[in-house]
Amino acid sequence: MSSSVAPGTTSVDTGSAAEGTATRSARRGERLSALAQQQGGLVTLVVVFVGACLFSGGFASTDNFNSILVGNAYTSLLALGMTFVIISGGIDLSVGSVFALGGVLAGWGTLHGGTAVAIVLPLAAGAAMGLVQGLLIAYARLAPFIVTLAGLLFARGALQAITNEGSQTNHVPQNSAFLAMGNGTWAPVLTAVALFVLGGVVLQRTGFGQALFAVGGNENAALLMGLPVARTKVLVYVLSGVLACGAGMLNASRLGAGITNIGVGYELAAIAAVVIGGTLLTGGAGSITGTASGVLLLAVIQNLIGVHLSQYGSSASDLVNGLFLAVVVLLQTLITRRRRLV
Amino acid sequence: MADAGRAGVGVTNPSPVLELAHVSKSFVGVRALQDVDFRLRPGQVHALVGENGAGKSTLIKVATGVYHPDAGEIRLDGSPVHFASPLAAQEAGISTIYQEINLVPLMSVARNLYLNREPRRFGLIDAARMRRDARRVLREYGVNVNVARPLRELGLGAQQMVAIARAVQIDARVVIMDEPTSSLEHREVETLFGVIERLRHQGIAILYVSHRLDELFRICDAVTVMRDGRVVHTGAMRDLDRLHLVSLMLGRDIAEVRRHGTTDFGSAHHIGDRPVLRAENLSSRRVLQDVSLEVRPGEVVGLGGLLGAGRSETAKAVVGALHTEAGRIEVDGAQVRRNSTAAAIRAGAVLLPEDRKSEGIVPNLSVRENIVLAALPRISRAGLVTRAKQDEIVDYFMKRLRIKASSPEQKVGELSGGNQQKVLLARWLCLNPKVLLLDEPTRGIDVGAKAEVQGVIDELAKDGLGVVLISSELEELIEGSNRVVVLKDGRKVGELTGDQVSEDALMQSLAQAPGGTPRTDG
Repeated sequence: MSSSVAPGTTSVDTGSAAEGTATRSARRGERLSALAQQQGGLVTLVVVFVGACLFSGGFASTDNFNSILVGNAYTSLLALGMTFVIISGGIDLSVGSVFALGGVLAGWGTLHGGTAVAIVLPLAAGAAMGLVQGLLIAYARLAPFIVTLAGLLFARGALQAITNEGSQTNHVPQNSAFLAMGNGTWAPVLTAVALFVLGGVVLQRTGFGQALFAVGGNENAALLMGLPVARTKVLVYVLSGVLACGAGMLNASRLGAGITNIGVGYELAAIAAVVIGGTLLTGGAGSITGTASGVLLLAVIQNLIGVHLSQYGSSASDLVNGLFLAVVVLLQTLITRRRRLV
Repeated sequence: MADAGRAGVGVTNPSPVLELAHVSKSFVGVRALQDVDFRLRPGQVHALVGENGAGKSTLIKVATGVYHPDAGEIRLDGSPVHFASPLAAQEAGISTIYQEINLVPLMSVARNLYLNREPRRFGLIDAARMRRDARRVLREYGVNVNVARPLRELGLGAQQMVAIARAVQIDARVVIMDEPTSSLEHREVETLFGVIERLRHQGIAILYVSHRLDELFRICDAVTVMRDGRVVHTGAMRDLDRLHLVSLMLGRDIAEVRRHGTTDFGSAHHIGDRPVLRAENLSSRRVLQDVSLEVRPGEVVGLGGLLGAGRSETAKAVVGALHTEAGRIEVDGAQVRRNSTAAAIRAGAVLLPEDRKSEGIVPNLSVRENIVLAALPRISRAGLVTRAKQDEIVDYFMKRLRIKASSPEQKVGELSGGNQQKVLLARWLCLNPKVLLLDEPTRGIDVGAKAEVQGVIDELAKDGLGVVLISSELEELIEGSNRVVVLKDGRKVGELTGDQVSEDALMQSLAQAPGGTPRTDG
């Protein structure tokens, strides 16, 4: 056993010198697997990206990079919100519908009230959706899966009602100041980057963020430590609702209209990105940087498929993404099991 | 017997910081606390003892805002208070260390230590300072670890130390410790006692709950004994002796307690010649090296060693619950496939695991369902189990093991720890095992139930079962075992037989054993 580890090669900075080499190698293995779990998304992203740059003609161009970034800037916000939700031990299936609702409300707002209404109305609606769902989950103790599934249906129904069964698209007037928000390449990308950075700070450096980890990691302990468990749960769904509806609103500003049939299945893509980013579906662990890697990785793969497998259509992209997700979850599980054995 | 109670605790008797006056609390029909008076004074370590179900946990939960009293009041510094939540109690300076470590395993050690009161800088959590402070604080508790790593990578003892450090760090005036030493090693217990001594000098009131009588007599100033939801005695610790205390807890005569001894293991009985279990050279990556073990029918073989010595691992390896790379296991002369619990159970080797909550009972199933769970495949005919057959088995074991439940249909989760343990024991016994491996069978259960479980173990051995006993209580191990195999760092380092089976000999064997130093992280 001791032959596998040469003396002095350990990277462990704790523990006494008298510790057996066995323990040391165990710890090193544990760290590697921890690192793989936390940064696996990033590592894969780098590998795939470099590979694509080298071997895929047409991938490495400013235009293509721009289109990847801009195309995913707003939907990445769903994954951002989902990260918070999943760390808290929940799930939010409503974000895809809420995203669409945000766009429709923004379009409607520009026509019936102006830019201010178009901005405030979706944010308020997202907050209200999140609030109701959060209250049901935290206080009525309903399962997040069911509550947000209901939310998914409700939001979709609401936007159908606004748009006369989806037949009527609210186009933003050409001269509206609302259109300025989504213009160009930098506005969407910088908005997303800023929100991700802010999200990271909230998660790592605020009491709310810590409470999230505690609630997701051991709810009973969180209660006994005097953390505001219920309030934290409610807030997390409000946050997710605001981000989703806000993203839909920004997206409408870019598209110049509130599209009704957008957002279907986006919640699943968001969950996939979060999980690929190393956040545990069981809650209690995860990171914003991981989610960012997950979002980018999925975006790059989708882009590659679009470039090379376009003849197979979107089915190829879904196939690859599905396989990829399965592999990631499998690896995560194996890693967690391995760590538990140690 | 002279009643030393009500005599006061000593010359220095400062007014109580926390007081429960005439507190009662009921749960659907069950009166958990009845007219309880309890006073905690600053600078004193106050023991709270009683059997399981005596009301200790309820008292703690009332005092810490988890439950609200039905009647009576709680006073802090003499004035009535109402704790709406655990947070309110914490803010009032009442800090609790629970028996089951209530921390967040996936969060880092430092974050666990400072959760909900993190050091801030410009309104944001100052992670660097938090880690620095955590390192410094934990060093005082003998925990030298990388505080940025997740808590779950620490051993149980070290985790408990983190919980204790956390509780004390909050500006506590009252610290409540519920069985704080149940997962600590000897060395860690000493550190804890040092901490308690320091707290006492700082004038903090400490409520100390423990089943370990030695500890109580060593560090406690005052004692309150509870039985059936009532306080039956309060007084100075030094006015009581062990026997007295036990008799108060059990509500039995001192003479009776003396006759029975503090453990309930009986005298010698016949031990067979042919080993019923023979395990040879079991090795498992990193945790076991060439461990061999032999048990004869009617024999109780103790596994001795410190936390992390490989006792539980040995037991798990025997029943195939821990992966082994090498070794040979024979039950009743027939070789058993390694790494298969199914094969081990078929051969007649069963393990009563250490952690009943997560590895044993199914709390939402009834006593009957829990008992027949493992036996179902055997007693079923064409996939169907007749209810009569089930009832017969369940009835037999409930009587034989004296399982106290309102009916076989009561949920196991509602039973006391001791009775849960007996239900588990019954589950394995209906498989007619030949070897029974017991990992801490009496941990966390009260004195009375403990004696019963010990009595049952004894009876089983008398009936010709081979028993492997793991216990971190020296007394139990020594009195219960015919032979003790001493482990250290996953290796067998000695064996005590006959007259050698004594606490002194075991400790010497542990002290002398060659090999590396004990693992620091449990």
